[in-house]
Amino acid sequence: MNQYPLQGYRVINFGWVFAGPYIASMLGDLGAEVIKVETRSRLDSMRLSPDNLDREPDRDPWFHSGVRNQLSISIDMDQPQAIPVLKDLISISDVVVENFSPRVMIEHGLDYDSLAEKNPGIIMVSLPAAGQYGPLRDAQTYGPSLTGLAGVDSMVGYYGERALGLQQAYADVNSALHGAFAALAALYYRQRTGKGQYIDLAQLEAVISIAGEAIMEYVMNGRVLGTLGNRHPTMCPHNNYRCKGEDKWVSIAVKTEEEWKGFCQAMGNPPWTKEERFADRYSRLRKQEELDRLVSQWTINYTDYEVMEILQKFGVAAVPCLDTEGRFFDPHLQERQTYLEVEHPTTGVDWVANTTWRLSENPTEIRYRSPLLGEHNSYVFKELLGMPEEEIARLEAEKVIY
Amino acid sequence: MKVLEYANFIAGPYCGKLLADLGAEVIKIEKPVVGDEARQYGPFPHDLPHPERSGLFLYLNTNKLSITLNTETATGAKILKELLKESDIFIEDNPPAVMERLGLDYASLEKVNPGIIMVSITPFGQSGPYRDYRGYAINCSALGGQSVCAGEPGREPLTPPLSLGHYQSGAAGAVAALAALFARELTGKGQQADISEAQVWATLHTGNQVSAYVMHGLKRMRWGHRTPGVYPYTILPCQDGYVSMIAIQGYQWKRFLELIGDGEVPDWYANDPRFKERREISLKYADEMDALLAPWLMSHTKEEIYSLCREKRIPFAPVKNIKEVVNDSHLEVREYFVEVEHPATGPLKYAGAPYKLSQTPWKVDNPAPLLGEHNEEVYCQRLGYSREELSQLRRGEII
Repeated sequence: MNQYPLQGYRVINFGWVFAGPYIASMLGDLGAEVIKVETRSRLDSMRLSPDNLDREPDRDPWFHSGVRNQLSISIDMDQPQAIPVLKDLISISDVVVENFSPRVMIEHGLDYDSLAEKNPGIIMVSLPAAGQYGPLRDAQTYGPSLTGLAGVDSMVGYYGERALGLQQAYADVNSALHGAFAALAALYYRQRTGKGQYIDLAQLEAVISIAGEAIMEYVMNGRVLGTLGNRHPTMCPHNNYRCKGEDKWVSIAVKTEEEWKGFCQAMGNPPWTKEERFADRYSRLRKQEELDRLVSQWTINYTDYEVMEILQKFGVAAVPCLDTEGRFFDPHLQERQTYLEVEHPTTGVDWVANTTWRLSENPTEIRYRSPLLGEHNSYVFKELLGMPEEEIARLEAEKVIY
Repeated sequence: MKVLEYANFIAGPYCGKLLADLGAEVIKIEKPVVGDEARQYGPFPHDLPHPERSGLFLYLNTNKLSITLNTETATGAKILKELLKESDIFIEDNPPAVMERLGLDYASLEKVNPGIIMVSITPFGQSGPYRDYRGYAINCSALGGQSVCAGEPGREPLTPPLSLGHYQSGAAGAVAALAALFARELTGKGQQADISEAQVWATLHTGNQVSAYVMHGLKRMRWGHRTPGVYPYTILPCQDGYVSMIAIQGYQWKRFLELIGDGEVPDWYANDPRFKERREISLKYADEMDALLAPWLMSHTKEEIYSLCREKRIPFAPVKNIKEVVNDSHLEVREYFVEVEHPATGPLKYAGAPYKLSQTPWKVDNPAPLLGEHNEEVYCQRLGYSREELSQLRRGEII
C-alpha cells in the first residue's frame, strides 16, 4: 500500500470559500485525514458557487474540484451543544484550519488558547482577510477584493488604461499555499519539541509578499506601477498575439539576443526584422507597439498550436493561451494528468483538478471524492468519538447535527 | 534543516526564502562573476544598476548564504555533489535536459545521497510533450488558463502582473519540500518533487473551471472589469480611483442598495422586473447597472466607500496602489513591513512575513548575501578545503 507524507495526521477544517477549504484539500492531498465541519443552516457558499447551475449543494463543480480528500460532518457550531463535540474532535486532531472573521472562533469558545488547553500540540491556522489584530481586523472580503487591497489589481489592465483586476480568487489560492507551508513547518517543529502553535495568516499580507519587486520599486524610487498590460521590463516581444480561429491567442516571450535571432529565422526573416528600429533590445522595447502589430500580422496566419511548434523549434518561448476547453484537451496537460476523472454519486463522473505537485515516491491520487454534506457523520461521531447512538439521534433531532 | 539552492530569478529563490526565513540554512549556489539573474533585474536605488543593489534579489534572498560555483565544469559538479551529501533539500529550476547533461538529474543525485529531496521547479514539469519547451511566466499563465480570465472580450488576454506565477510555483515547491520530509521520516528515502508553474495555474487557480466545463459546458473567459454569474462581481470607478465590489450573498447586495438608497432599496431597482435575478443582471444588464451605480460611486472617494461598507458589513474594498499599500495604517499596526539593513544599500523597507507563527517567528536575521560572500565559510570550514585550494579553485574559474 502507498504511504502518504501526512499519513496519520488529522485536520479539522472549519474553512469556507475558498482559502480554508483549499489549504485543507492540500493537506488532504498529501495524505492527512481531513474532516470538514459544515452545516445546512449556513451552507459553505462553495457548495452554491455561481457555476452551480442546479443550485444543489451536493452538485457544485467548484466544490467537487476544490474540496476533495476531505470528509464532511454536518454540525451547526452556532448551537451550544455542538461545541463540546467539536472540542472532543479537536483534542484528537493535529491541525485546525479556519478562515472566519477573527471574532467567530473566539465567540464560539474555539479560539487557540481554549483548544490548546485540551490539546497543547494542536496547530491552528487562521486565514482571515486582514489578520487577527489591527484596524482592519474585521474586514470581510472575497479573494478578488483582496488583490485590490494588496495593490495587485491596480496593475492589471491594458498598459496605461483603467484597472480591470485579476477577476480571480488569486488571494485564496495564494493564502492556502502559504498556509499549507506554515502548517507543515509548524508540524515539523512540533515533532522535535512537542509544541503546537498558532498561525495568524492575513491573506492581505500573503498577497503583498508575492509583490516584492513592486514594493521595492516604490521604496527605492518612489515609483508607483500602474496598469502594465503584457509589457515586461526586459523582454520584447512579450505579449499574447492573435492567431487563426475564433478568439485564439498565443503567448510569445523573447528574452535573449539569441532568441530574437531564432524568432526572426522562424518567421522566415521578413525584411522588417532587419530595420534599425528593431536592431537591439533597447530599440525593440521602445517600439514595442509597432513590433507587436507586425508580429500579429504573422501569427494570424497560423493556429495557436502551429505558432508554438514553429517557434519552439527555434528555441523561442511560445505557448497557446488556453481556455477551459483548451486545457481539458491539451496533450501536455493530459499526459501529466492535470485533471482526473472521479466518480461522484450525484453526477456519475466528474473531472477535477489533480494535485499540484508530483512526488516521485508518493503518486498522486484522489483517495476521497468530494463529500456529500454530512456524509461522514456516522464515522466521525460514532467511530472516532464513540458517541452513543441515542446521543447522536438526539442531536440530530435538535438540529445540532444538521 | 539544510537546503541547497541551485536556482535563479524568482521561483526557486522564493521557495528557498520561505524556508530560510523560518530558520533553515540555505546555501545559494551562484554563477561566478555574474551571479543570480535577479541581481541584474532591479529595481535599483536611483535607477543605478549594481549587482548588490537589485531590489528583487535583496528581497528574495534574505537569510541565505551565497557561494559561487561553476557547475558546468567537472570539478564544479563534483563539489556540488559534496555539498549535496550534507543537505536535506535541493532546490533547482533548470531545464530537465540541462540537469541530465550535467549529471545532476535525480537518478544521479539519489546515488550520492539517497535521502535527498530534490525540488524541481520548471515551466512545464519533468514529463509531457512540452517538457523541453522554453517558457517564461507569460507562457505558463497562458497554458495554465489564467491569462484568458483577465482582460476585455475581443482584446488580447492579460498575463498577471509582476511575476505572480513564479512566486506561486516557489510556494508550491516549499509545500512539496516539507511534505517530502515527512515522507522521508516514514520511508527513510528522499524523492523528487516535480513542480510545473503552468500546472500550478491549471490546477489550483483554474482547475474548478474544468469541472464546471465538464458538468455544464461552461467556459470561463475574460469580461473586462467584471465576472458574470452574479452581480456585482466587478471593479468600478469612484471619485478618486476604483472599488472592488463583490457580493456573493444576496443580503450583502441588499445592504449596499440600502446604503445608497438612504436606508431603502432604491425604487429604480426595486420596481424594475429585469433586476429580480442577479444572474440575469450579470449576463444582460451589467452595463446598465454600472451606469445606475455611477452617480453614487463618483460622488464618494474609495476610502469613504470602504468605511461605509465596513460599517454595514458589505464586503467591498478599495483598489489600492502600491504607495497606499506601503503606507497602510493596518499594516503598520501589524508591523508587516520590516526594515532590513544591507551593506550596499543601507536600511530599506521590505515586504515582511506572509504569516505570523506564535512559536517559530518569521524573521530576517541576515540581509541577502553579497555574491560569493560565504565561499570561505562553506568551502574551507564546511568542506575542508584549504585557503590555498580555494585560491586555486578561483584561478581555475571554478568559484
